[in-house]
Amino acid sequence: MYDLIIVGAGPAGLGASIYASRYKLNHVVIGAEIGGQVVEAWEIENYAGIESISGKDLMEKFINQTKELGGMIVEGNVNKIIKEGEIFSVSTEDGKKYETKSIILALGMKARKMNIPGENKFLGKGISYCATCDAMFFRGKDVAVVGGGDAAATAAIHLAEFANSVHLLYKEGTKTFEPAWDEQMAKLGKIAASTFTNIASIVGSEKVEGLEYDLNGEKKELSVQGVFIEIGSVPGVVVAKELGVSVDEQGYIVVDQAQATNVEGVYAAGDATTGSNKFRQIITAVAEGAVSAGSVYKKLKLGASKK
Amino acid sequence: MEFTDQNFEQEVLSSEVPVLVDFWAPWCGPCQMMGPIVEELAKEVGEKAKVGKINVDENGETSSKFGIMSIPAIKIFKGGQIVKEFVGVQSKDVLKKELEALM
Repeated sequence: MYDLIIVGAGPAGLGASIYASRYKLNHVVIGAEIGGQVVEAWEIENYAGIESISGKDLMEKFINQTKELGGMIVEGNVNKIIKEGEIFSVSTEDGKKYETKSIILALGMKARKMNIPGENKFLGKGISYCATCDAMFFRGKDVAVVGGGDAAATAAIHLAEFANSVHLLYKEGTKTFEPAWDEQMAKLGKIAASTFTNIASIVGSEKVEGLEYDLNGEKKELSVQGVFIEIGSVPGVVVAKELGVSVDEQGYIVVDQAQATNVEGVYAAGDATTGSNKFRQIITAVAEGAVSAGSVYKKLKLGASKK
Repeated sequence: MEFTDQNFEQEVLSSEVPVLVDFWAPWCGPCQMMGPIVEELAKEVGEKAKVGKINVDENGETSSKFGIMSIPAIKIFKGGQIVKEFVGVQSKDVLKKELEALM
């Protein structure tokens, strides 16, 4: 019987484990994707204390620190959590079962799809959701990046190292990336940016050949061999809902200041919660992980009455 | 096991048993997550199937032959033909079920 099971092995889950280890909570981290979404980030320049690092390298540091402190990380896809009295039973897809007194849900986000014709058909044939993984395959080619957030801006900058040209397309009113990226893009020179009203479809025969969109009713077509989709993500909270955890109208897990959910003994941390003003940064995910581990400690070891 | 441009024909295309190939590269974060999953899968399937990976950076011939444009890419070969393919990180259970169905 564990004191705590942390579901999810991104910054929030590993951040929670680091604190749980120091609080001597008997715990395990179970995650389908060790390191979480961050491993796809090419360059991170806003994590305090580290001037510049790739997502993969940063998460390696998280993983090493977690293990170093005694935290156990298990690769597995949690597909069911059941509350039986005061105890939770956690099952993974490969049929393993765990029992615990408390849970931290650090479920993170899933890449959002555009849901337009051609998107599924050309997956792996010019459509990509991971610029760091696939930029190399587009050496000398023309590519488009769709999205207006930091992930889209860094994807465009990374792609400019390989591609002949990069076209950054974002929906009017959705440009939210840090102005610091504008400067870097201008320096590279290869990146053109424009807005769209709607993207109609991704076209091609065997592979991606272009992108059709409209801007204020005017039809446009871009001839590209690659389309990188970086339009944000949605909370991956299926197991939470089945457990009876409340989510808001956008699907984020509702938490209080202690990161507690409406279900006694269940806490949540990271991008999938309503915490930190939904800022969804690595630094806020880690902070929520730390707070949630602190709350579990207070409840289990100090007998705090608050759930 | 490790597949290369040199051994791909012999180890994969001419194999008597189904072969799962994980196309990966060192710069790809999600590929690093796939690595341990593929290694465990290899142990679990034993002799009835082959499971291995190929570094696309070092084996450009094979990766361009199969039109790899997105990694991690997983392809299952039987009798020299691709019978199933995936893009992105997959769970061990999903891959194991697909392989077992072909054994």
